[in-house]
Amino acid sequence: MSFQPVHFYQTGTFTVGNRLLEPSERSVQANIQRTNSLNSGHRACQGCGEALGARYAIDAAMNAARGRLIAANATGCLEVFSTPYPETSWQIPWIHSLFGNTAAVATGIAAAIKVKKHKGEMGDVRVVAQGGDGGTTDIGFGCLSGMFERNDDVLYICYDNGGYMNTGVQRSSATPPAARTATTMPVGPEPGNQFGQGKFVPAIAMAHEIPYVATATVADLRDLEYKVTKAMGIRGARYIHILVPCPLGWGAASEDTILLARLAKETGIFPVFEAENGEVTGTLKIRRKQPVEAYLQRQKRYAHLFGKKPAVETIARLQAAADKNIRKYGLLDQEAN
Amino acid sequence: MLKQTEGSHAVAEAVGLCRPEVICAYPISPQTHIVEGLGEMVKSGEVTDCEFINVESEFAAMSVAIGSSATGARTYTATASQGILFMCEAVYNASGLGLPIVMTVANRAIGAPINIWNDHTDALSQRDSGWIQLFAETNQEALDLHILAFKLAEEVSLPVMVCMDGFILTHAYERVDVPTQEQVDAFLPPYEPRQALDPTDPVSIGAMVGPEAFSEVRYLAHAKQMQALELIPKLAAQFKTIFGRDSGGLTHSYLTDDAETIVVAMGSILGTIKDVVDEMRQAGEKIGVLGISSYRPFPLDNVRAALQNAKRVVVLEKSLAVGIGGVVSTDVRMAMSGLQLEGHTVVAGLGGRAITMKSLHALFAKAIRGELERLTFLDLDWDVVNKQLERERTTRRSGPAAESMLRDVGVVAARIG
Amino acid sequence: MEKPFAITLDPGSSLANHTGSWRTSRPVYIDRLPPCNKQCPAGEDIQGWLFHAESGDYESAWRHLTRDNPFPAIMGRVCYHSCEGVCNRGQIDAPVGINSVERFLGDEALKLGWKLTPPSSESGKNVLVVGAGPSGMSAAYHLRRLGHSVTVFEAGPMLGGMMRFGIPKYRLPRDVLEAEMQRVVDLGVKVNLNTKVDNILNTMQDGKFDAAFLAVGAHIGKRARIPAGDAAKIVDAISLLRSMEGEEKPMLGRRVVVYGGGNTAIDVARTAKRMGAEPLIVYRRTRDKMPAHDFEMEEAIQEGIMVKWLSTITQAEESSLTIEKMALDDKGFPQPTGEFETIEADSLVLALGQDVDLGLLDGVPGLEVTDGVVKVAPNMMTGHPGIFAGGDMVPAERNVTVGIGHGKQAARHIDAWLRGEEHVPAPQHEVANFEKLNPWYYADAPKTVRPMLDIIRRQSTFDEVQGGLDESTALFEARRCLSCGNCFECDNCYGVCPDNAVIKLGPGKRFEFNYDYCKGCGMCVAECPCGAIKMEAEEI
Repeated sequence: MSFQPVHFYQTGTFTVGNRLLEPSERSVQANIQRTNSLNSGHRACQGCGEALGARYAIDAAMNAARGRLIAANATGCLEVFSTPYPETSWQIPWIHSLFGNTAAVATGIAAAIKVKKHKGEMGDVRVVAQGGDGGTTDIGFGCLSGMFERNDDVLYICYDNGGYMNTGVQRSSATPPAARTATTMPVGPEPGNQFGQGKFVPAIAMAHEIPYVATATVADLRDLEYKVTKAMGIRGARYIHILVPCPLGWGAASEDTILLARLAKETGIFPVFEAENGEVTGTLKIRRKQPVEAYLQRQKRYAHLFGKKPAVETIARLQAAADKNIRKYGLLDQEAN
Repeated sequence: MLKQTEGSHAVAEAVGLCRPEVICAYPISPQTHIVEGLGEMVKSGEVTDCEFINVESEFAAMSVAIGSSATGARTYTATASQGILFMCEAVYNASGLGLPIVMTVANRAIGAPINIWNDHTDALSQRDSGWIQLFAETNQEALDLHILAFKLAEEVSLPVMVCMDGFILTHAYERVDVPTQEQVDAFLPPYEPRQALDPTDPVSIGAMVGPEAFSEVRYLAHAKQMQALELIPKLAAQFKTIFGRDSGGLTHSYLTDDAETIVVAMGSILGTIKDVVDEMRQAGEKIGVLGISSYRPFPLDNVRAALQNAKRVVVLEKSLAVGIGGVVSTDVRMAMSGLQLEGHTVVAGLGGRAITMKSLHALFAKAIRGELERLTFLDLDWDVVNKQLERERTTRRSGPAAESMLRDVGVVAARIG
Repeated sequence: MEKPFAITLDPGSSLANHTGSWRTSRPVYIDRLPPCNKQCPAGEDIQGWLFHAESGDYESAWRHLTRDNPFPAIMGRVCYHSCEGVCNRGQIDAPVGINSVERFLGDEALKLGWKLTPPSSESGKNVLVVGAGPSGMSAAYHLRRLGHSVTVFEAGPMLGGMMRFGIPKYRLPRDVLEAEMQRVVDLGVKVNLNTKVDNILNTMQDGKFDAAFLAVGAHIGKRARIPAGDAAKIVDAISLLRSMEGEEKPMLGRRVVVYGGGNTAIDVARTAKRMGAEPLIVYRRTRDKMPAHDFEMEEAIQEGIMVKWLSTITQAEESSLTIEKMALDDKGFPQPTGEFETIEADSLVLALGQDVDLGLLDGVPGLEVTDGVVKVAPNMMTGHPGIFAGGDMVPAERNVTVGIGHGKQAARHIDAWLRGEEHVPAPQHEVANFEKLNPWYYADAPKTVRPMLDIIRRQSTFDEVQGGLDESTALFEARRCLSCGNCFECDNCYGVCPDNAVIKLGPGKRFEFNYDYCKGCGMCVAECPCGAIKMEAEEI
C-alpha cells in the first residue's frame, strides 16, 4: 500500500496528549518533562482556572523560549497563592512588584535584557507579564497601554476570571453583565452587574495595532499553546487574554472549571480569536453551539436569574450579546449556521 | 574638565559617565532637561549600551526601573513633585525589593495649588520610603552625588534619590568640573547585583511576607541604611582621592566649632545662609551652619556632635509638616534630645518663595536676641492670610482659597472673567 | 546568589507545602467494562484489541483478539456484531465498525500467515470434542492452548459445521473458513472427519477421553404442516444450503418462494437469486417484527428480492401456492383475515428454524433435555459429569458468535474440572456507559463504510458481497474507538490538574496520583474522556 497520511486520531486534537501523534506534534502539557513552571504546593483553590491557565501558558512560553524566560506578575490571586513566604511555586525567574505596574516592570526587564544581550552578558531571554483581569483591565491598564503603544518586546497574559477574586469577589471592568459580585449585588429590576459597562481589553489591544492579540480559554489547550507559541515567535508587544473560570467567585463546582470555559466559548459568550496588527486573522469556531443558559445555570453568580421568577429578559439580553459575538467574530462555520 | 553649563546638563553628563543601562523618562518640570540631555546622549551614541525609554507616567517610570534593575541593569530615572507622588507606590516597592535605582528629584512643591517652583516637600514626602536621600548644595555637588549615588546604591542594594533644588540648581548655569570617564570608571565598578532575574539561576522576587517575617524584613531595611551611614563618609573619602574634591558625606559644617547659633539646612539655600553667616561673623556674631547632605539615613550622631556646644539651633527648611511644623527639624530635634538648646523651626521658600539675605539677617538676629518663636513662616504675608481666614469665617461659600488670595495680592494670572 | 531575606525565594520551593491535606475526596484510576466487551457473546476484549490496532500494531491486536476468539476473519464476516449496537460512539455519530476492523485483522493474519500461539506445556489430559462447528472448534482451540490433547469428531466431511452448511459463500468465502479452521488444526488438534458419534459414553470410553464437549449443532430443518399436493416441491432451508456445498446444485426452478423471516430465509433467497431464480419471501408479520437483521434484509432488497409481508402459506401445489393475508392484532400478533390469493411458485423453501439431533446422548444418565436442547449448568456441564455441551444444542441464541463463546467458556470450565477445581470468572467491572464519558474530546468521525460489491455483480455471482477495509480505513475505524472505561493515555488528567498532582509514568504505564498535592478538585474525573477515573470519599 502506498503511503497515506492518517489525519484523524482517536481523539483529534481535543485531548491534552495523544499517544498516536509524533512527539513533535504533541502538546507541551503532554510532555513528561514539561517545565511545571508553576509547581505543586501552591495555595490556589481547588479547581483553580488561573493556576491551570498560568501553567499552560508559561510552560508553553518556556518551551518556545527554550527555558530562557522571565516573568513579571501583578498582585492578585496568582501572586498570592504562588509566592507566600517562605515558599514559591515558580520555577522560573519571576518578580512581583505591584498591582498596577506589571506591564511596565516587564518593559524594564525587556530593556535590561536588550542591553545585556548586546553587551554579551545575557542570551536571548524573553519576557512575559501576567496578571488577573483587575490588574490588567483596571489598575494596570495605563501601564499596559503604554507597553503596547511603545511596542515593547513583552508578551502580556491576562488571566480573566471576571472580578477581584483575591479580595473577596468584587466587580472589575471585566465582570460580565448580570453577574453577582460582592459589589454588584443582585437587587432591583436589573440584578447583578450592569449591562453596557465594562471593557473588552483584547479589542483595545487591537486598537493599539500591536503585532499580536489573542483570546483563549483553559478548555482549549492546543489552541492556547498554539497562541502562546505563536506570540513567542513574534517580537514587540503581544497580548493574550485567557478566560480562567474561578470556582470560588463564580460559585461553581471545582470540577466544572474546564467545562465552564468550554461553555463560555461554545455559547459565544467569550469569543476565541486571534488578531495580527489590529485585524482579526482567525477564530476558534464553536463546535457544539449551546444556549447561554447552559453556561449560566452552572454558576451561583447567575443564580438570581433562575429563581422562582426567571429573569427571562436578562437571559435574553445575555443571549443577544453572545449572538452578537458569534456574528462579529464569525464563530460559527457557515454550514453550522 | 571645567565647563560652564546648566545644572541639569551637568547631572546628565554625570549620569552618562556612570554607564547607565536603562533610563526611563517622563517629563515633569523642573527635571526635564536632565532626561532630555540623556536622551540626546543615548541617541548620539555618546552613551552606549543604554535603553532610553519614554514611559507614559512616573508610575511607569519607576516600574520600568524596577524591572530593569531587578534584571541586573544599572538604572536611572528622574522626577519631581507630583511625579514622585504618582510613582509613590513604586518608590516604596523599589526599596522594599532592594533595587539600587538612582533617581534625581528636582525638588519642587506639591499641589494643590499646583506650583512648579522649588521646595523640598516632594522628596521629604518619601522620607520613610526606604530610599537613601542625598541633598546637593551646588551644581558641582549634584554632579558628584550622582556618581556617588550609584556606588552607594549598588554597595548596599538600596535605591538612592539625589535631590537638587528645582530651577535654582537644575536651571542655573554654573562652572562645574566634569570628571573623565577614566575617573568615573576607576570609582564605579560595573554593577554586580545581589539578586537578579536570570534564567540560569531562577528566583522568585517579591514574595508575600506575613507577620512571621515582615518585621525582620523591615528591620533589615533599616539595618541597610545604618550600613549606608557608615559607608557614606568612606565613599566620600574615596571620591576625594580620585576626583580631588570634597563631595557627599553625611553633613557639612561651616563655622560651627565655636558657634552659639547654628543654622541647619539642606540644599542650595546653604549658599545664601553661608553668605549671611559670613556677614554676621564679621559683625561678631558666633554663628555657623550645618548642612545636611544625607537626609536618609539621617546622621543623628554627626548632627548631635555638631550642635552640642551651641546655644541655639535654627532649622531652616523648605518643607512643612502640616499640623506640626517642620519635617527636617523633627529629626534635628531628635539628634538634640537631652541637649539644653533653644530649637527653632523656620519654614521658608515654599513653592519657590525667594529667601533673601535680608530676611535671613533679620531672622538670625531675632533668634540671637531670643525673640524667635519655635515655629516661624519666613516672610509670610499675614494680611493675605488674615483676610482669607476672615472670609472663610464669615462666608460659607468663600470660594477657592488660592484663587482668592491671588486676587488679594494682585497677581492677575489666575483672574477669572 | 545570596538572596535577600524573605522577599526572594528559591524556585519551586512550594513542594514543601503538601496541599493534599485539603482533600475531602480523592480521585482513583479504575477500569470500567466497555459495553462492547460486555455485549460480545464470544467474550472478546474488543476495546483491548482496538487499542493495539489504533497504533497500527495489527499483529498485537490480532494476538489480543485471538486470546478469546480464534476466528477473526470468519467473525469479521458473519458475526451480527451486537457489540456495535451498544457502542457508546453510536451516541456521538455512528458506532465503531468493530466487525470490519476484526475482519481486517483476520484477513491480515491470513495474508501474512500469523500462527496461533501453541501451548507452553502439556497437561496429559484427553478431551473429546464432538462437532467441528464454531463452538466445537473454538473449544478445541482453547483446550489445546490450555495444554490438553484434543480430538474432534465430526460427522460431516469437512470442518466448519454450520459456518459451512448454513452460511452462503457470498457471506463467507470458503478459503477463509478453511484457513481459520486449519490454523486450529495446526496447533495439534486431531480431527476425525466423517465420524458420527452414536453413543457418547462408548466413544469416550473407547478413546480414553477425560472429558467431552458436545457441539453438534442444529442441522434438522423444521417442517410446517402445510397441505401440499404430491407434485409440490418443498425443501427445507438448511438442506438447501447444505446442498449448495456439494457438487450437484439443487434444482429450484425460476419462481422460488422462501417461507420465513429469519436470517436463514434471507440467506436462501439471496442464494436463489444468485442461481438465477426470482425469489419471493413470504413472512407472516411485518418487517419491523422479522427476526432477520435489518442490514441483511436491506441488502436483500437492494438485490431485488421481493417480500410478501403479513402472509401465511395455506396450500402448496406443483406450480402455485395459496396465501392467506394476515393482520396484526392489538398485541402485534398476526391473525388470519380469511382473505386468500394464489401465487405462482416452482418451489417452496421452508426457513422455519432447525432442530438438534440428540441421538448420541441416548442412554446417558443425568441428562435433561427440554424443547429439543440439552440443559447445562453455568459451567456448561450437562447433568452428566465430564460431559459439557454448547452451541446450538443448548438453550441460547443460535449464532456463530454465541457458539464460539460457548467453546471458550466450556474450555475454561473443562480445564478447571480436569484439575478438580472450579473456574470462577473474574468479577465484571462496572460498565462504562455513555454517562461516564466526556464525549467532548472525541473528534467527529463518521463510520467508514465498507465498500459494497456492485449490485449487478452480487445478484448473479457468489462473490463476497461486503469487501474489507484497506489498511488506512481500518486504522481510521480503529481510532474511532472511545476506549470506554479504559485509560488510553490521552494525558488529559496529567494536563488538566491545576496542582500537577498527576504523575505520568510513560508509554503504556498510565498515570499515578500524587496525593501529597492533589486537592481533590475532581477536574481529572470530569475531563477524563473515557471514564477511567472516579472520586472516592476520603476517610476523615
